[in-house]
Amino acid sequence: MSAPFLTVRGVVKRFGARTALAGVELALGAGEIAVVLGATGAGKTTLLRTIAGLERPDAGTLELDGRDVTHEPPRARDVALVFQDFSLYPRWTVRANLAFPLRAPGRSLPAAEIEERVRGVAATLRIEHLLERDARRLSGGEMQRVAIGRALVRRPRLFLMDEPLTNLDAKLREALRLELVTLVRALGTPMVYVTHDQAEALSMADRIHVLDAGRVLQAGPPREVYLRPASPAVARALGSPPMNALAARREGATWVAEADGTPLCAAAAGAPARALLGVRAEHVAPAGGTHPATVEVLEDTGPHQLVVARFAGTRLHLLVGRDLELAPGRTIHPRIDPARVVTWAADGST
Amino acid sequence: MKAVTLERLEKTFADGTRAVRGIDLAIEAGEFVVLLGPSGCGKTTTLRMLAGLELPTGGRITLDGKDVTHLRPAARDVGFVFQFYALYPHLSVRENVAFPLACAGMARGERTRRVAEVAEHLGLGRLLDLRPRQLSGGDQQRVALARAMVRRPAVWLMDEPLGTLDAALRAELCEFLRAEQLAQRVTTVYVTHDQEEAMRLADRVVVMSGGAILQAERPGRVYDEPADLFVARFVGSPGMNLFPGELRAAGAGAAELVLGAAADGARGAHPYPPPTLWGGRENRPIDIPSGVRESRENPVLHRLSTTLPPGPVTLGIRPEFIALDATSSLRGRVAVDEYLGASRCLHVDTPVGRWVVRVAPEEPATRGSEVGLRLDPAHLRLFHGATGARLA
Repeated sequence: MSAPFLTVRGVVKRFGARTALAGVELALGAGEIAVVLGATGAGKTTLLRTIAGLERPDAGTLELDGRDVTHEPPRARDVALVFQDFSLYPRWTVRANLAFPLRAPGRSLPAAEIEERVRGVAATLRIEHLLERDARRLSGGEMQRVAIGRALVRRPRLFLMDEPLTNLDAKLREALRLELVTLVRALGTPMVYVTHDQAEALSMADRIHVLDAGRVLQAGPPREVYLRPASPAVARALGSPPMNALAARREGATWVAEADGTPLCAAAAGAPARALLGVRAEHVAPAGGTHPATVEVLEDTGPHQLVVARFAGTRLHLLVGRDLELAPGRTIHPRIDPARVVTWAADGST
Repeated sequence: MKAVTLERLEKTFADGTRAVRGIDLAIEAGEFVVLLGPSGCGKTTTLRMLAGLELPTGGRITLDGKDVTHLRPAARDVGFVFQFYALYPHLSVRENVAFPLACAGMARGERTRRVAEVAEHLGLGRLLDLRPRQLSGGDQQRVALARAMVRRPAVWLMDEPLGTLDAALRAELCEFLRAEQLAQRVTTVYVTHDQEEAMRLADRVVVMSGGAILQAERPGRVYDEPADLFVARFVGSPGMNLFPGELRAAGAGAAELVLGAAADGARGAHPYPPPTLWGGRENRPIDIPSGVRESRENPVLHRLSTTLPPGPVTLGIRPEFIALDATSSLRGRVAVDEYLGASRCLHVDTPVGRWVVRVAPEEPATRGSEVGLRLDPAHLRLFHGATGARLA
């Protein structure tokens, strides 16, 4: 990572008896995109609001561009926050909504400068034709563009986005995700992006921070977090289908299923006696194994087919090519690629 | 006998909006049908007419051969699950799930057995004695599903039941739902805007747009052989690569396809002459014959012959049927590299536009790389330039 632009250290935030953030660590390099991935209630929004200065942390520090801003008001931080629900003024035109952040007291930009910035942002986001329209008459995708435009127009030092695509249709989400990441990369402004969508996290992030119950369970580049999740909880948060987790015990150089003793794959020297094995569905081949499995469910995902098979006393997921002819009830011989297996503590803890 | 039929089903609202435009659909007993489309396509209105929550302004609905078009919801043997499902806060999970059975007058022993069975399938066993407010949002939705699925009506109707849930939980419940439906074989009509969910769940995907059905086939067919440009774009994540072009006569039974030609006037001249695709036998593209010379100025992608008439067309191909090939004359630079876990999508800018290519996660090419693209001729699709209907 380049020199950190934003550093969050041990941030704690409590609301009464409830602890929303329990010592969060996050680092973001200049021009990078950090994605915070977590389920509802994980503390994602509180973290963003704390970075923006809308919440005051009970402990910990925030450093922005080499300066401690922990106790500075939002204004002094010069960050732009985009919300899930867009938060536009419904009866104002798109132009007025875009110009609003520039008219804030203390900014005192000349009218010509405001007009120029609004036009520039509208052109970038391809919403020039909407400038005179009331915000309430926009479609969801258009509102989302205006909300992002309102963040851009300020030319902030940092973007903070709180699930900005969640309220949109799946197809629109996919298109805007690409547009957003292209735009932010072109501007070179760093961004903290919060989501529960693992595809957004994997495709947009330079670094993913998996947040659960106010704690970062793992932080790293998408590939590292996807391929080497530190715990079953991280594995569950990333990947569709979720990673297989198989309870196993070691018999010599082989992992066997805890449930019924079915051999699973080779075990590395020095591996513990018992473990939970994590393996991605695409790293289980449908043939070449020694023990049979029964196909229960087949799902066509488009580029692949997802197979759910009864194997070693549990349900095993495989992601295989669509040219392979399978049917429920059919017997296959799954082969787990030992090089791709991740081992976790047998009780699932980190 | 069909479990459900819709015949010339129409719905025009009081404000004049024609939400459903005379659709026909016949659903087999035990079939899992997913109505898929963007907001405003008519899918939810169709489901609500099936449930009896909206009355059609034309056409007919039958359930198990019986005309139910004008029957009250309670008089139809259907079970619903909605996106927001209120549970009874003062009842335990067990009582909530058993409620529809108690209403139906099922004997206590049978009721207990059935609740236990559904709870087991949906992983609710340990929650049975809790109250709804003690549960997470995901578990509450699971209870709502259990309550709907505990009864075996003629049809289950589901309106985006997983819509408000987190992605990970949605994927998990998707699987539960499919397994339970397979076990019970209750005819199911399910509404969603999420094409991935539709592909995963459905025996048959019904793609809707503008109040009409565009295609109703099994997921693989809809994905491989989309009926028109809308389906090609909407199904698949990302959708099909689509490029406007023109078929030009090239002797008897042959035509050449020039990419980008139709759009040239509107977009201005390309920096390079557009690549040429050649027409081939049996309406099928075949590979480039050896000896055909390729160059940057005249890149020949494929040779095919066709009996299709000359005119504007759109070429379509799925991202996974384009390979990176340094020797190909269709070249470009990777503008975006999207890591998706099990695969990656490279967005490649070429003289004729941007192509999305699905590659293995280990592929060394990345943002900024110069790459050549080779299209798999067996997977090229052609669409009518004016109507968007698939030609080949």
